[in-house]
Amino acid sequence: MNKLVTWGNELYTGKRSYPFTSKHRLWFAIAGAMVILSILVPVVKGGFNLGIDFRGGSEFTVSDVQNTDIKIGEHAVTSVASGAEATVTNIAPNTMRVQTERLSDDETLAIAASLAEDYGVSSDEVTSNFIGPTWGQDVSRQALLGLFAFVVLVGLLMAAYFRTWKMSLAAIVGLLVVIFVTAGIYSVTGFEITPSAIIGFLTILSYSLYDTVVVFDKVRENTKDFTKQSKRTFEQLVNLAVNQTLVRSINTSVVAVLPVASILFIGSYMLGAGTLKDLSLALFVGIIISALSTLFVQAPLYQWLRRNDSDVVEHSKKMAVA
Amino acid sequence: MSSIRPVKQARKALLWLLIVFIIATGVLVAGAANGKTGWGPKLALDLEGGTEMILAPRVQGDQEINQEQLDQAVEIIRQRVDGSGVSEAEITTQSGRNVVVSMPGTPDQATRELIQASAAMEFRPVLVSGSYQATPKDQRTAKADLPKPNGEPKNASDTNWVTADLYQKFEAFDCTNEEDKKSSEDADPAKPMISCDESVGVKYILGPQEIPGDQISDAYAQLARGVNGSVTGEWVVVIEFNQQGTKTFADTTQRLIALQGAQNQFAIVLDGQIISAPTTNAVISDGRPQISGGFTQETSQALAEQLKYGALPISFDIQSERQVSATLGADQLTAGLIAGIIGLVLVFIYSLFQYRALGLVTIASLLVSGVLTYLSLVLLGWGMNYRLSLAGVAGLIVAIGLIADSFIVYFERVRDELREGRPLASAVDIGWGRAKRTILASKAVNVLAAVVLYIVAVGNVRGFAFTLGLTAIIDLVVVYGLTHPTLVLLARTKFFADGHRLSGLDPSLLGVEPLYKGAGQVRRFGENAEANRGKKNAKASDEAAKRMTIAERRREEAAQAIRPGNASSKAQEENNE
Repeated sequence: MNKLVTWGNELYTGKRSYPFTSKHRLWFAIAGAMVILSILVPVVKGGFNLGIDFRGGSEFTVSDVQNTDIKIGEHAVTSVASGAEATVTNIAPNTMRVQTERLSDDETLAIAASLAEDYGVSSDEVTSNFIGPTWGQDVSRQALLGLFAFVVLVGLLMAAYFRTWKMSLAAIVGLLVVIFVTAGIYSVTGFEITPSAIIGFLTILSYSLYDTVVVFDKVRENTKDFTKQSKRTFEQLVNLAVNQTLVRSINTSVVAVLPVASILFIGSYMLGAGTLKDLSLALFVGIIISALSTLFVQAPLYQWLRRNDSDVVEHSKKMAVA
Repeated sequence: MSSIRPVKQARKALLWLLIVFIIATGVLVAGAANGKTGWGPKLALDLEGGTEMILAPRVQGDQEINQEQLDQAVEIIRQRVDGSGVSEAEITTQSGRNVVVSMPGTPDQATRELIQASAAMEFRPVLVSGSYQATPKDQRTAKADLPKPNGEPKNASDTNWVTADLYQKFEAFDCTNEEDKKSSEDADPAKPMISCDESVGVKYILGPQEIPGDQISDAYAQLARGVNGSVTGEWVVVIEFNQQGTKTFADTTQRLIALQGAQNQFAIVLDGQIISAPTTNAVISDGRPQISGGFTQETSQALAEQLKYGALPISFDIQSERQVSATLGADQLTAGLIAGIIGLVLVFIYSLFQYRALGLVTIASLLVSGVLTYLSLVLLGWGMNYRLSLAGVAGLIVAIGLIADSFIVYFERVRDELREGRPLASAVDIGWGRAKRTILASKAVNVLAAVVLYIVAVGNVRGFAFTLGLTAIIDLVVVYGLTHPTLVLLARTKFFADGHRLSGLDPSLLGVEPLYKGAGQVRRFGENAEANRGKKNAKASDEAAKRMTIAERRREEAAQAIRPGNASSKAQEENNE
């Protein structure tokens, strides 16, 4: 702790400082490259690994299985629907997942029953999930609607709170970077996109802006009467604010990631794929990207947006002369 | 600056939190003791096991569905589900578009179809009437006497619709038999059908559909008026047709009025069942027929509602259907709880590591938030039928981090003030003033996100958004009601005020130079601190000094020169407050 506190002190006084604003060209270039890659990779790879909710189909989860032989599941499906192709996976200890193409209601029920029989479990242990072909689109459409509504509202909220649209704009541009890069990571790694993952994405929006609000609050405080002092330029004040809140940024990100990591771990170990795991994976990736983006994109971008403001230019000139 | 006021306020805030806590607990204990609520939150289907269907309306043409229609659809589906004997089904609408049906257990094929079917309302003329039950075999019409159509039917009332086959089926039809009843549900509108009128205990052969239900623009119950306009005291149901309906209905009544017996009647059919089969007394050319006949206020209103609902040409597609086994639900809940506990413990450890004794305040606050969240969930489950879903559990776990976040924002602010050289008590007060704003703004973002998510949500996003929003509000309550007051009080204790090494607020570590200790004494922390920190830190700060660029060194010198002035201006602010 001592070391970290000392480090925090030095960051606070400006004794130690990391060049968040002055190297903005480098950070923007990196962020820009990542965004472009995040757009290109899915195009080249031909999209994302969409979950069954987007493709439509039937999914069965069999719990408490003693014999995790994949053939048993395949046979259980073909015995009911002879032509159906089944993907059987052992997703967690004693748990099997069976995915098939879209089947009729009757077939879905029959397969559930035959799975229970073949795996030697009671029918209570079989969870079936039938998803229509438009379900995933519905979720995505609503998510996009939510995204749009949220960005507009939060943009207004931030502009009102900080009384400058430039902070709002910087925050939202940073937010878009977070969304693109997180989506890009999903595409590169081939993580499955499910409605739960989309909820995760939407939550990242909230987290990312939360983080930005905290840092920007310090920026605002530092730059409140910047023209009345001649210690630091506007850019240096912004940079100082980011450095001063760095310990906090690290602490909050760690604290936010810890519970998410525990869901991710427990979710994958005990349950395999599912709501908990999908959600936490998106959050895990997103929280880290969000924290980085606040430091390297949002804050420098705000300073960059203000660089040609008359008060900033004038003040810098005065400082240069002095 | 007096230190009594903040202390008083702090005690008051703690007292308020205690009162809220006692009231909530009291309500819960009272509710649980009376058996009105359980001790735990109500669980959603994915945790409890059961079936959840998400239905999307299939609307004819390019019609848009509005909330009112959707509510009516929910009402119809509820009636059907209740009628099929499934208890405890929950039917709700979602994002102004979908209908969600949740029920325990697995519904059979028939129930599933029932839920999906459209509420098809139609008007059909009556051709033949008969007894409610099947005609006894020995009394059935002899083969030779069966009706023989002598040509193509000319209109819907034409008896040529009744073939020998149909008539035999009609005689064998038993309205008390569920199977028979259901068979009439998906009758072809262009063909005759057999249907039952439960209200009068009669079955009919009906001609093809004459007017579809969607041509009804309104229906309501009212007291009939006599010829002179005075209220007669008899309840009637008024139907209002749209333009097309008005025209067709005028033609129909024109035809029916001339016919005798059952053929004079027209049947209003909903989901294959007759809800009313009035006789025709007049030609209705204004499209506003009145149905009368022994109605009470209730029965007339019920019929009017049915007519209005039934005018809804919506059927549903199952968008997603899940049957969750109770075992899997229980497993997921266990996994969620374990994840939550691990997450909580990790956050505890990290807070203790970062904030030492102050970490205990975080832990206490988190625990109190946990208890408040639990109470809210149980009470919301009781009052509003809120059910905790798996996504909701995930929301709660994520919230641990977000709640701890606001403490970090606060503590770091206090540390900042200590770094400025303030005594702890005032560092806490000033730090709070600053942190408060940040926390409020950031929580506003959280709540906004939760609300937007909740409104547009599809599927299980809602549960997640709900817990996320709920915990954001609880977090505010706890920060204001517990964390801050506790810190104010602790700041007055010797352990914290003197900056004990383990307090997490050790000014020496925070690089404070002179610390004004009150009573005119100034303790120089810098010297002790170096000794306390030991070699490691001395090295680190040397290293830091070495690494400074010339510009940074200059800046540092300038900062040193400016600091006293800075502090005094801050002190003035304090006085003003």
